[in-house]
Amino acid sequence: MATKRGEAEVQSGALADADLAEALPWYRLMLIARRFEDEAERAFRRGKIGGYLHLYSGQEAVAAGFLAVLRPDDIFFTAYRDHAHAIFRGTPAGAVMAELFGRQTGVVKGKGGSMHIFDVGRGFYGGYGIVGGHIPLATGAAYALRYQGTDRICLCFLGDGAMNSGSFHEPVNMAGLWGREGMCPIVYIVENNRYAMGTAVERSTAVTDLASKFGIHGIPHERLDGQDFLEVRRAARRITAQVRETGRPYAVEAITYRFVAHGAADLFQPYRTKEEVEAWKARDPILLLERALRAAGLLDDGQVEALRREAQEVVAAAVRYAEESPEPPPEELTRDVYAP
Amino acid sequence: MAAVTTYREALRATLMEEMDRNPAVVLLGEDIGVYQGTFRITADFLSRYGPRRVIDTPISELGFIGAAIGMAMLGLRPVVEVMTWNFSLLAADQILNNAAKLRYFSGGQVEVPLVIRGPNGAGVQLSAQHSQSLEAVYAHFPGLQVALPATPADVRGLLLTALRGQDPVIFLENAALYGVKGEVPDGDAAIPFGRAEVMRGGRDVTLIAYSRMVHLALAAAEHLAREGVEAEVINLRTLRPLDGETVIHSVRRTHRAVVVQEQWKPFGAAAEIAALISEEAFDLLDAPVERVTGADVPMPYARNLELLALPHERDIVAAARRTLYRQ
Ligand SMILES: Cc1ncc(C[n+]2csc(CCOP(=O)(O)OP(=O)(O)O)c2C)c(N)n1
Repeated sequence: MATKRGEAEVQSGALADADLAEALPWYRLMLIARRFEDEAERAFRRGKIGGYLHLYSGQEAVAAGFLAVLRPDDIFFTAYRDHAHAIFRGTPAGAVMAELFGRQTGVVKGKGGSMHIFDVGRGFYGGYGIVGGHIPLATGAAYALRYQGTDRICLCFLGDGAMNSGSFHEPVNMAGLWGREGMCPIVYIVENNRYAMGTAVERSTAVTDLASKFGIHGIPHERLDGQDFLEVRRAARRITAQVRETGRPYAVEAITYRFVAHGAADLFQPYRTKEEVEAWKARDPILLLERALRAAGLLDDGQVEALRREAQEVVAAAVRYAEESPEPPPEELTRDVYAP
Repeated sequence: MAAVTTYREALRATLMEEMDRNPAVVLLGEDIGVYQGTFRITADFLSRYGPRRVIDTPISELGFIGAAIGMAMLGLRPVVEVMTWNFSLLAADQILNNAAKLRYFSGGQVEVPLVIRGPNGAGVQLSAQHSQSLEAVYAHFPGLQVALPATPADVRGLLLTALRGQDPVIFLENAALYGVKGEVPDGDAAIPFGRAEVMRGGRDVTLIAYSRMVHLALAAAEHLAREGVEAEVINLRTLRPLDGETVIHSVRRTHRAVVVQEQWKPFGAAAEIAALISEEAFDLLDAPVERVTGADVPMPYARNLELLALPHERDIVAAARRTLYRQ
């Protein structure tokens, strides 16, 4: 008996190591995404990027954890904090940066900007600028995937603020209904970063257990530590497998935090304290993953340094690419309004 | 071969024809299945096509119109029935901010082959929230196409085009027309968008209308004919795209125009058409362009007031006479 148990322990230890080794590329991508956001903000300050610029710094483990387990033919939707999602899915950083710069080489030819990153070829069905407006689309898209007889699934990332709009409650009720017939393979992923712009969760909803709001629509749900990539990915594996299998929706509330202001144009953050931000920075998702990888002997100082340098280079090249790319030609103005 | 059928039956038959032909067509709406549809357009569809294709939805216009857009993005061809267009306003964000613009802001990566259909316009004593013509709201937005069939032939022809196109279509029926009969050609009778029909020829004045107003304009033309005035009647069929060419061509010959719409006068379709005529044919006009429209008030309930608020045949006749300086 004792030997058997020992074997099982050795085995699960080996599994955990393999699991960690598979996290290494995600550590790298998270470094690139973070660097991307930092450089985007600098470009915004230099006037190279216009409009709104909503950064994802601090929340990386949520999207990374889920996209790490998504099959290449699966799809996902999100709101306007959407650069990292594209980078995690393999969209070249240069094409995302060029979009922010309003260039012809941008992912959507300079016609969407920061809030509307799309890469349909990679299953990314877009970033959206109206809070909550994409939730019905993702729900219908999930229905379509099942209607077409596939086992593809759909992820829908949304903010805590979006949950207070009608465009949350209506489709989520329908997802609950459709799920009873196995016709709605969707995972709703609430990125609860505590604030909708400057409005704290406690000031916008009477029920602050956000995951529980899915329960009233018959959708199973859970809460996760959104800073811990390994935990998110573990849960994501289990949840996506179940949704793929059953065609029923599932909901996750990932507790997370944005380290930056709501948008790059907001300089003051009167709704929260420096101490609060600093406390959360101690739980930086990149740092947490780095620690776990170091502890397992999968990463050392030299490698961390090399990966950081690589992230800087990738993003510097993306900025150069954006800067050197042409503006959209005037003909682009009237293209894509109707089918060609 | 052409068969005489009703506007309602033309809708039903055309939807069935396309559902039989194309499994990507799915229907969504409130009470379209078990209840058989408020206006019975989808009677028996549920038993014929099953609940995966005929989806009874909750009262969630924003939710199901948004979901239909998502379905269309993934290659289905959803047809949404709105119980009446009045309720589409709850989904205005989905229609105007998503359906209309997705192709554009995705840089051409996404298309939305979606049809939203249902009755538009005044009912009978339904008062302010249930008697509105919303075509100008939707026609204002690039990315949408706006069709307003006046006859059963229009219904089949325009719906076939809508169901085979790649862009979202706002398909505005009129409840007062569901029982109207007319000839519908079989076979490939698709009517391209942006092509108006001259329903009656005339050389003295052009009456320009769409949807139910076409029937008033035709009646007015009959009336005018008895006074020796030959009115040409144009049925626009779609507001977006708009067939300006047919309008201008006619006005160049008649030198006079009356534009008829059921909706409020300010910022409406008639204003757009009058402006177009002044831009393209100002020199040829013998009189200012007349507009016949609904009264600029929320629809009242009282029958006498409601009748005052709606355009009538006599208003069109009077406007035509004004363009001819015959009071
Ligand atoms: C319908 C709508 N109302 C208001 C806004 C302005 N706005 C943009 S982001 C935002 C906060 C949304 O917060 P949340 O959903 O929690 O997402 P987060 O920014 O935290 O990622 C608001 C109010 C909007 N874009 N859309």
